[in-house]
Amino acid sequence: MNAADTAFVLISAALVMLMTPGLAFFYGGMVRVKSALNMLMMSFVSLGIVTVLWVLFGYSLAFGDDIGAGLLGNLDHIGLKGIRPETLTGGKEGIPVFAFALFQLMFAVITPALMSGALADRVKFSAWCLFITLWVSVVYFPVAHWVWQPGGWLFKLKVIDFAGGTAVHINAGVGALAALLVVGKRIGFRKDPMRPHSLPLVMLGAGLLWFGWFGFNAGSALAANGTAATMALNTQIATGAAMLGWLAYERVRHGAFTTLGAASGAVAGLVAITPSGAAVNAFGALLIGVVAGAVCSWAVGLKFRLGYDDSLDVIGVHLVGGLLGTLLVGLLATDGVGGAVQLGRQAAGAFAVLAYSFTLSWLLATLVDKVIGFRAAEDDEIAGLDRAFHAETAYDHSAAGGTTALRSAPPTPHEAPHHKKVDA
Amino acid sequence: MKLVTAVVKPHRVDDVKDALQRFGIQGLTITEVQGHGRQRGHTEVYRGAEYRIDTLPKTRLEVLVEDQDAPDVVDVIVTAARTGKIGDGKVWVVPVETVVRVRTGERGPDAL
Repeated sequence: MNAADTAFVLISAALVMLMTPGLAFFYGGMVRVKSALNMLMMSFVSLGIVTVLWVLFGYSLAFGDDIGAGLLGNLDHIGLKGIRPETLTGGKEGIPVFAFALFQLMFAVITPALMSGALADRVKFSAWCLFITLWVSVVYFPVAHWVWQPGGWLFKLKVIDFAGGTAVHINAGVGALAALLVVGKRIGFRKDPMRPHSLPLVMLGAGLLWFGWFGFNAGSALAANGTAATMALNTQIATGAAMLGWLAYERVRHGAFTTLGAASGAVAGLVAITPSGAAVNAFGALLIGVVAGAVCSWAVGLKFRLGYDDSLDVIGVHLVGGLLGTLLVGLLATDGVGGAVQLGRQAAGAFAVLAYSFTLSWLLATLVDKVIGFRAAEDDEIAGLDRAFHAETAYDHSAAGGTTALRSAPPTPHEAPHHKKVDA
Repeated sequence: MKLVTAVVKPHRVDDVKDALQRFGIQGLTITEVQGHGRQRGHTEVYRGAEYRIDTLPKTRLEVLVEDQDAPDVVDVIVTAARTGKIGDGKVWVVPVETVVRVRTGERGPDAL
């Protein structure tokens, strides 16, 4: 066992874990105050649901030996069967499989959470939980197998996806698109102002994502070596450049350097550099960052022109950023790898994930909608989902330290403070 | 008795309060409010989406005064609140039928 690699991967797993609460803050700050807790919970609950699924069958489907054709792992490791503390990946210099499984679990946790931004403020919490349960099982676990398991068909096709441009970002971005087409627009979309309720929270979330992303990207080397160091540096370069790219576009187009633009640009850069790994050099990372920042900044405006309500721009940032990064590394890869052939492979990988994820996500969202109803009731959506599904409010705004709130709604145990049963 | 209500720019509130105290006003009520006058609101940009924000934050002061003091109190507020720029707010006066001091039960001008 390589102790340095093991320590590095365990620490990276913890860093990636922090990205999901970071994402919760990033998204949570962007919604209106009435549904802020719901937005936080849509991400946070994934830490519970996907962890359980991962242990039961997720790890086995994603990283079990291939059943054939590179499509799916077998069921040899359901319940993490057959893995012991001393079981190592690779040879004698490998890391414990448990470290690898924990690290990969965190990717499976954040990927469905990424989609929540597209469905902000309007879906039932129970429907969301059901949707991500089905989605990770049917969409994420297989796609992770395609891309990262040495028997997976995209792995064998030599698609470069170091840390998840296809498996995580294109996958979640297009899944979000399919789900929002089933769910529909928020009431008041394009009519009412839907301002972020807390940009400081957005900035905090972006900061946590940036921090955790070093684990996501560098950790994907699965070793404490030069590849990890290059990837960590590339991550920083692309993210910094993308923030400037976004801000520059915004300044020219809208006349201001916005806080939300800085946070969004950083995330766009993180997304875009994710597939590259150490396959590009510092200048490649710089270019990927600037292009991602500027293009994503433009892409988030598409929803108003095309009329789909991607509330927090999951498509504009993750799908567009993921596609850009996945394709650009095909051109910019060093050591003679980059070129038309590699670009073709990258495009094939991206398209395969796009087509599979869109189709299955649409079917699953439709299934959830038919069976339990995906969308929240209209009056709950207007009043805010926090009270409807969580029986809480994010902030106590009463001037008198809460006494007025107590008087207008006396605490009654065993009874929700809503006029009807909490129907999450 | 009269109720003088003023809606002013939030950053002028301290000066208005000081001026009213110097004039001899004992009590007042202050509320944070949202609204707009002829200037309307302003524009904010979030990821390129421009939102017209119709209302601006303002502060409302309410002062109960005796009839003969009303014109002077209005002048005091207007002088202290004025910046000369758009959005300085409004002051208006309405008659009040009864005022009661809760602690003592005093009524009318004695309760002011």
